[in-house]
Amino acid sequence: MTSRIYLDHAATTPLLPAAREAMLEGFAAWANPSSPHTVGRQARARIEEARRRIARALDWDGTVIFTGGASEAIALALGASQARDVLAGATEHDAVLRHVAPAQRLPVDADGMVQLPDALAPGTLVAIQQVNSETGVIQPFDALAEPVHAAGALLFADCSQSAGKMPLPGAADLIAVSAHKLGGPIGIGALLVRDLALLRPIGGQEQGYRPGTEAMPLALGFAAALEADRGWLADVADWRARLDAAVRAAGGEVVAETAPRLPTIAGYRMPGLSAQAQLIRFDMAGFAVSAGSACASGSLKPSHVLAAMGWSDAASGEVLRVSLGHDTRAADIDAFITQWQAMATGTQ
Amino acid sequence: MIYLDYQATTALAPEVADAMTSAMAHYGNPNSAHRIGRTAAADVELARDRVRAALGRMDGRLIFTSGATEALNIAIHGAARTAPPSRRRVVTLASEHHAVLDTVMALRHEGFEPVILPVGPDGLVDLDIAEAAIDERAALLAVMQVNNEIGVVQPLEQLIAIARASSVPVLCDAVQGFGKLATPDADMVAITAHKIHGPKGVGALWMRAGLDLPQFMHGGGQEEGIRPGTLSPMLCAGFGVAAELAAERRGTDMAHVEALWKRALELFAGWRINGSLSGRYHGNLNLRRPGLDAARLLSQVRGVALSLGSACSSGTGRPSHVLRAIGLSDAEARGSLRLGFGRYTALAELEEAAALINEAAATQKAAA
Repeated sequence: MTSRIYLDHAATTPLLPAAREAMLEGFAAWANPSSPHTVGRQARARIEEARRRIARALDWDGTVIFTGGASEAIALALGASQARDVLAGATEHDAVLRHVAPAQRLPVDADGMVQLPDALAPGTLVAIQQVNSETGVIQPFDALAEPVHAAGALLFADCSQSAGKMPLPGAADLIAVSAHKLGGPIGIGALLVRDLALLRPIGGQEQGYRPGTEAMPLALGFAAALEADRGWLADVADWRARLDAAVRAAGGEVVAETAPRLPTIAGYRMPGLSAQAQLIRFDMAGFAVSAGSACASGSLKPSHVLAAMGWSDAASGEVLRVSLGHDTRAADIDAFITQWQAMATGTQ
Repeated sequence: MIYLDYQATTALAPEVADAMTSAMAHYGNPNSAHRIGRTAAADVELARDRVRAALGRMDGRLIFTSGATEALNIAIHGAARTAPPSRRRVVTLASEHHAVLDTVMALRHEGFEPVILPVGPDGLVDLDIAEAAIDERAALLAVMQVNNEIGVVQPLEQLIAIARASSVPVLCDAVQGFGKLATPDADMVAITAHKIHGPKGVGALWMRAGLDLPQFMHGGGQEEGIRPGTLSPMLCAGFGVAAELAAERRGTDMAHVEALWKRALELFAGWRINGSLSGRYHGNLNLRRPGLDAARLLSQVRGVALSLGSACSSGTGRPSHVLRAIGLSDAEARGSLRLGFGRYTALAELEEAAALINEAAATQKAAA
């Protein structure tokens, strides 16, 4: 296999060295954290320390419940919440939308910004992602939280893409995060809970909210990944701006160009070439990118995110997601721009 | 520290740690269409085949989960939701793990009737009682292969035959038996990696071909739509290697366990054994002594990791529901210890631990 350039960090991002070291340390201490003996209590102490470190790194003063990942955190938030009704943005991840009937979906504008209804019933749970996984669009949480809380409704934030890359929406009542999108291991996430009274307990571990033996090494890897240096994000912002400009110059379109976007994610349309064809050509040329979210890859369904933003199926079928991460280098971006422009101008 | 708590969890095998350490160098979402994603997917599929081979189930479907608790939840809720309206009973045993008992009890809120069968003083279900309770009104029979507290092995062959006569699907919690005993002929089998020297955070549910379960949790549609969420190729690889190793070493491991068991019976000659002596897995010893304060003993022998029952309910102060189910008084349950041993337990460790435990018990008696 030739060296490959990975620009699909929104699907998953390589483990950070610090997370790797933390997990190796965890592997050596394998006892069951619920066991009462010394080694069990040591494993428990490590889990609880990881929990505190994660809360601190995320600047969260509520409860942290470990889950198997963001999907489970979302299922827990939406399934076990005491909310009377759940509303969700139309551009949410499938993990959220599957809990929400089509009539309960909130429209977005052309930039992907969620439009709250004029009136919200008290006790309603409003589910909104902080950063969209396909477009990188950032929702204005401070502005959203005010009317939601004024109506006596609750706010759930899916922060799978944003955690560790920008401050979390402190005003949210429930937040789902995933370790593997920020340099931690796959297989662990968390639900951050402002007030446990919002959730119905079901028994077992994690204060009765998530039964099953805890995976302590994964929790250590999660904590270490969150504490790692984020200096690379500044470089990524510059590179994304270069990508945007290069795509525009070659006749392409930048998704939600004028909206505030996380610098690690961008959607680019290459008119005249389907996303699937682009994906295959990029893969053959050694670039890993994606057509929408990884979960939906291969489904060939038009993106529900772009459709909600008013894109036609024909146009959205020509959009690829490019996502950058901690090991992205300037040379990767240069190589990708060369390849994109060659494909767009039909020279390759 | 002498580790005698194999039913709570087991040490990561060095081979498994190596496999996971090398898997950490790879990355990629197994759902991604590009080559890096497909490589990750291939690693997951290799692991799946290894687990299936160890389970002796190359047919049907095996989906990865975050552990046995999730696998059991998917199976129990799924079987209930797909049952015809005439089948509203969910049958299980009083000595099951909480992951099964609590899930079955939760189905009450969805209009199901939990039927909890008693077990005898030997910890085994009475087949006549089972036959009377399992009929065409049942949506599911959920039975554990090897009990996690007292090690007894349920007569699954007969129970499955009874269930099959009324077309009742059978779920087997094989968490403690996987890698040690043959897989029962159940319709669904739940297992987990960390009881066979694999990592925590990954388990699996095997389903017979043709059996379909509804989606349990909503998400990205992974694992055939039944269990969404990005799979960890690292954890799956660890599970695969642990399963393969367990299958390869089964003869050696079981012979070692047998040698430890024989010696343990001599070392603990003054103790009573909870549960059937003949129908049990020999890597578990649940012992009691009149007048003993087992919780106190635990703090007396700090160099030995042992337990009073399942790790999950440790610290709750509640007497074990399993020991209660076999008819022990609260005093007898409070005087009971659980020892679990296996692959990495040295005979000398067992002997040293027994000396410490016997000495502590004698001290308690002298002080009484």
